[in-house]
Amino acid sequence: MRLTSPPMDAIVVDELRKRYGDVQALDGVSFAVREGEVFGLLGPNGAGKSTTVRSLVTLTTPDSGSASVAGHDVLREQNAVRRMIGYVPQDSGVDELGTGRENLMLQGRVQGMGGKDLRARTATLLELVGITEAADRIVKTYSGGMRRRLDIALGLVHRPRVLFLDEPTTGLDPEARVVMWEEVSRLAQAESLTILLTTHYLEEADQLADRLAIVSQGKVVVEGTPGELKAGLRGDAVHVEVENGVIDEARRILATVGAAPEQVLEGRTIVSRVENGGRALPGIISALETAGIPVASVSLSRPSLDDVYLHFTGREFASEDRAA
Amino acid sequence: MKTASDTWFMVVRQARNLMREPIWIALILIQPMVWLILYGQLFKNVTKLGGFGTSSYITFLAPAIVVMNAFFGATWSGMSMIYDLDHKIVERFLAAPASRLAIVLSQIVRSALTAAIQALVILLVSLALGVRIHTGVLGWLVIILTAILVNSAFAGISQAIALLTRREATMIAVANFIGLPLLFLSSTMIARAQMPGWMQTAAKFNPVDWGVKAAREVALPGTSWGTVGFYLLLLLLLTAVTSAWATWTFRAYQRSL
Repeated sequence: MRLTSPPMDAIVVDELRKRYGDVQALDGVSFAVREGEVFGLLGPNGAGKSTTVRSLVTLTTPDSGSASVAGHDVLREQNAVRRMIGYVPQDSGVDELGTGRENLMLQGRVQGMGGKDLRARTATLLELVGITEAADRIVKTYSGGMRRRLDIALGLVHRPRVLFLDEPTTGLDPEARVVMWEEVSRLAQAESLTILLTTHYLEEADQLADRLAIVSQGKVVVEGTPGELKAGLRGDAVHVEVENGVIDEARRILATVGAAPEQVLEGRTIVSRVENGGRALPGIISALETAGIPVASVSLSRPSLDDVYLHFTGREFASEDRAA
Repeated sequence: MKTASDTWFMVVRQARNLMREPIWIALILIQPMVWLILYGQLFKNVTKLGGFGTSSYITFLAPAIVVMNAFFGATWSGMSMIYDLDHKIVERFLAAPASRLAIVLSQIVRSALTAAIQALVILLVSLALGVRIHTGVLGWLVIILTAILVNSAFAGISQAIALLTRREATMIAVANFIGLPLLFLSSTMIARAQMPGWMQTAAKFNPVDWGVKAAREVALPGTSWGTVGFYLLLLLLLTAVTSAWATWTFRAYQRSL
């Protein structure tokens, strides 16, 4: 590597495809993650986030496509990749019958570390994730949050360049989740890491990720910073709920007052996007009233990642996540 | 080199986990004694039938109980692999540059180590019960080595089944299915001369019987070292084959991810 290398891409993913039986888990996933950034893969359960990560950490072999992590090809230079990455899987991987320290030491050994260096690194990490007190207790006795911290420490033992966090806060209560967010941001700084995290929490991606990609049905549908994605929607979302049967009439009228419908949810809620919601709302309501259309409810919202998701996939995030 | 050190650290982990289960330690030590004492008493008078090479049934039985115990232990060794698969411990190793071979070998080595410790316990209890191994200390070592080989050979099969089925219930069914038949198709409890002809023939192909023959050969007078070496070699070859099979099933597991 050159001494003054320009910022390079820590992860490059190109057209990954993977099929399990009759499920096309990955259907041409492509994206790139720059060195030093926290990158989020956002999508509902079953969208292909975990399969993407599992391909990048060399656990799963994709059917086609290519990818590199820290400059190494994940298909041809697997051991080089494995030395450069830390992987914190969705469901732990901790040995519950061992202590926190033993788990860390073994992970270090397997990564080729040993002796004084490993002992010191283990102590540093236990301190860093705040479980020094519990270090010599059996993991079975840990709380969910402590176990998650140990998981993350396990991914960091060998000082990786790139850390993969698969659903880091799933299963944690809201309070522990916020603590974990702070932790991840701090670690990214302290260890100058590139982090790829997957999540199905919109606010988590919003909070943590410098940039993110929305994944749906095995594909990346859009990529950008949370700000860019929201700004890309231009304006506020107006949700107008009308009674069944008059939906087409309502759509036509909304179009005439500059609130062209973008989507219809559950057959009776029309979503439109307007430049300035507060100013447009009275006109919208009076136009509908004049036409004699019964309005059940009207709401207005600033752009959120929820809207971004809806805009790019045509589906509501929450309902798709439930369905998965 | 990496395989050897990874295997060692993985064996240490598994052994340490076992040590933390006091009930398991009690079972591991008591169960072989139960075999020895119950069978020893139950069939005490069977030597009168002749062909046992000794009039003391327990002297005839003790080396075979070591082998039987090593065999039974091995049929269960895959359970620990299923635990590690279920808890994603294997995946964590796979995402790191851990030796793939070590993941499988460590299970077999841990299993064989347990069998060796149990063998020693059985021999000590036998000694207390008046059993004298004819070839002395060397005989003890050969019997322990036999236990290690019998256990490794069947642990390879057990690991392969664990990796193919990945289900505890299937493991238990298979262990039960092969356990008792292979025990009764051997000269573990009775002299070969007293077995029906077809069973004698079947026993020739039974690795449990190979182990019993090797262990009993050093325990009773008239030891033929050629016979001992022959059966130990057979067991060694079988261990190589079943370990290779277990490794192959591990690759199949990796491909399924």
